[in-house]
Amino acid sequence: MSRPPGLLGAAWLIARKDLAIEFRSRSAFLSALVLSLLSLVIFYFAWDPTAVAAVDVAPGILWVTFTFSGLLGLHRSFGVEAQERAMDALLVAPVAREAIFLGKALANFAFVLGVQAVALPALALFYNLPLSVVLGPLALAMLLAAIGLTCVGTLFAGITSNTRMAELLLPVLALPFFVPIVLPAAQVTAKLLAGRPLDESLGWFRILLAFDLVFLYACMLTFPFTLED
Amino acid sequence: MTPLLEARRLVRAFGTRRAVNDVSFGIAAGEALALFGPNGAGKTTLLRLLAGLLKPNSGAAAIADATLPAPHARARVGLISHRTMLYDTLTARENVRFAAHLHGVPEADASTQRALELLRVADRADVPVRALSRGLQQRVAIARAIVHGPDVLLADEPYTGLDEQGASALTGLLLERRRAGAALVVVTHALSEGLAVASHAAVMRGGSFVRLEPTQGLDVARYAAEYRELFA
Repeated sequence: MSRPPGLLGAAWLIARKDLAIEFRSRSAFLSALVLSLLSLVIFYFAWDPTAVAAVDVAPGILWVTFTFSGLLGLHRSFGVEAQERAMDALLVAPVAREAIFLGKALANFAFVLGVQAVALPALALFYNLPLSVVLGPLALAMLLAAIGLTCVGTLFAGITSNTRMAELLLPVLALPFFVPIVLPAAQVTAKLLAGRPLDESLGWFRILLAFDLVFLYACMLTFPFTLED
Repeated sequence: MTPLLEARRLVRAFGTRRAVNDVSFGIAAGEALALFGPNGAGKTTLLRLLAGLLKPNSGAAAIADATLPAPHARARVGLISHRTMLYDTLTARENVRFAAHLHGVPEADASTQRALELLRVADRADVPVRALSRGLQQRVAIARAIVHGPDVLLADEPYTGLDEQGASALTGLLLERRRAGAALVVVTHALSEGLAVASHAAVMRGGSFVRLEPTQGLDVARYAAEYRELFA
């Protein structure tokens, strides 16, 4: 007798499948990585170190880079379902629509973390940032921001996946909703890199966490409606 | 006989056009409905309604007493389409096993192997789907659709891309599923293939059934002539 997996079990299966596909092709990850590194290089050459200190310019560069490179992976996550209408097979399977969202978001989360893990040391290298001192709290901020970005991004990637201009629509729709995540994340980064006490960042951490919870819940509830023809 | 798969006055419109217009029928366990009709007749939309992929504007589709698209009703459906619904980067085995896991099939690995063997594609099971021919991909797609032993098998142009051996394996499989007590709906343009597996035949035009009859005693040549005349 078949016993379909529950919400988390199905989400894990879908995330594992998406990561296996990305691991085989590496197309989105490499694209995102190259975009990240190129952005850092271009910002580096456009930066005048005599006018602006590295710790002042780095937070903005970091979050602009993460936001746009993350979008590449988000777009790809539903592209694999659209190719041969594999999404139909997912929808016929006896798993909750919310599990599809969670699975996709989980894979996108791993994707964004992977890009961050390479791009952050590169940023530190280019701008000679004292990362080791603030690595713990900065990693936490990046982790929290990655949750929010992937929740919103996964929802809008799902909405735009069946449209003709998905690559254009995804950033246009998602970027305004990224602001409540990117803003506190950039503030935390700025304060940490400037050597301010951790206490000063706690408020921004709370805002990040609150938006994560709101976006996770709201996006998971909304996602099933985006799948209806 | 009590229908296993039932459509009750299904209506589905896209804008002002009714793609499926007041369709009702029932198929008991062990029966198969072959669905014919020209392009745009509403066959695929009807199949998507029966699979729970589309919500009807009115009416309902049900499997036994479970109304679609409830998850426990979807669990009993196997869907074959003219699109493979496969991930081309994954191997045939990984695709079928993924479906088995999603359906919670016990001993997913063994069930996957059995399904691939049944479709005579086990020897290419560990090759990425993109490296397989269209016909072999279709066989993998069929294996994916049956790996959980569905009670209701919905097939939209299932013979697409299959060679003679593949087509014969599919016909054998559909007949075997009927004998095992599954209810089948097969959408096809090939009258002889459809009638070979069906207990009932229906013709759709403009979203409605214009013919629905048992295939027992049906003369294929005469049916084909009447079909052509219908759309002349």
